[in-house]
Amino acid sequence: MSRRPYNRPMSKTTWYMRNSRYKVYVMRELTSFLVAFYSFLTIAALAALASDSAETWNGFLASQQSTGMVVFHALALLYFLFYQTFPWFKLAPKAMVVRLGEKRLPDLFIIIGHYVAWLVASAVIFWLAGVI
Amino acid sequence: MIGIRQIELEIMRYDPEKDEEPHFQTYSVPCREDWAILDAINYVKDELDTTLAYRWSCHMMVCGSCGMMVNGEPSLTCKTFVRDLPDKVRIEPLENFPIERDLVVVLDDVMQKLHQVKPYIIRKDPPPKDKEFTQSRVDLSKFKQLTMCINCMCCYAACPQYGLDKNFIGPAALSLAHRYNLDSRDQGKSERLNILADHDGVWECSFVGACSEVCPKHVDPAAALQQMKIDGAIEWWKQKLGMTGEKS
Repeated sequence: MSRRPYNRPMSKTTWYMRNSRYKVYVMRELTSFLVAFYSFLTIAALAALASDSAETWNGFLASQQSTGMVVFHALALLYFLFYQTFPWFKLAPKAMVVRLGEKRLPDLFIIIGHYVAWLVASAVIFWLAGVI
Repeated sequence: MIGIRQIELEIMRYDPEKDEEPHFQTYSVPCREDWAILDAINYVKDELDTTLAYRWSCHMMVCGSCGMMVNGEPSLTCKTFVRDLPDKVRIEPLENFPIERDLVVVLDDVMQKLHQVKPYIIRKDPPPKDKEFTQSRVDLSKFKQLTMCINCMCCYAACPQYGLDKNFIGPAALSLAHRYNLDSRDQGKSERLNILADHDGVWECSFVGACSEVCPKHVDPAAALQQMKIDGAIEWWKQKLGMTGEKS
């Protein structure tokens, strides 16, 4: 009798199609492309601001207000909310352990805390931007 | 009166002496509604095909031997009930492990990994003389959940990181290391850090979270690993700053 174990290597290119859990994970990780895009957009905005030319800055603002870009930003926001914000806030209690003696602070408190912090941070940014 | 339901059990078979690759064999099993899927597999072995190879022992979620893929989900077959499954059930050996024969997988790699993380109490100071270690209930509550692991390896079968890179130490072994790091009697955290924070340690985990979802004992390895990342980063800074303060 001889041993001849059979290996089933995972496909490096299609592994995430195996189940819905992996698909959701990959959708979450794909938000990194949007993060990269918005990082470049911020740099472009700073460059336009640093150019010291009102025309360049206004040009940048106008480019972001075209119908196409407004739709893009709206879709990006939805994508972020569903595949970045909501899942990460839901997972936050796993990494954050707040002990109260033998018990742990219930997950819901930590999740709500994240949403409150998010709303406060958003309000501060809107206030700085003069929106509110 | 408990009803009988006929289910089709598609079982993956592999005979290393005859088969080039695994194939499926279907058995029709008259199942009682209160059966676990392990009972159905036992029925196949006892009544239909004695050549079927698989592992099981306790039938009560303690031994961790009967982990298999049930309709694609890593599961303890003694905890997965026929009443919750459709009429056709596919049973495969745990994913991400080589198949020894039929539903039996080779676990050598994980056994070595469990050993690698030093899963025992390490003391730098001598243990207390003429008395036991004292440990409060609060101290115990910090790691008790992690002691529930029964090494069924469902978490490894669920983890795509381990599937793609077998060097990754993986969920159960890392959670076990965390269990000792959190133990008030242990002083080996900095000793384990080199293993846990290495390339194949916690940072290889990208928080898919599948390990925790399939864990039949609710150990929550994904949480343990994220906490270890934070602990590891703090410990690394402490070592850099020469503050290797261990518990006493």
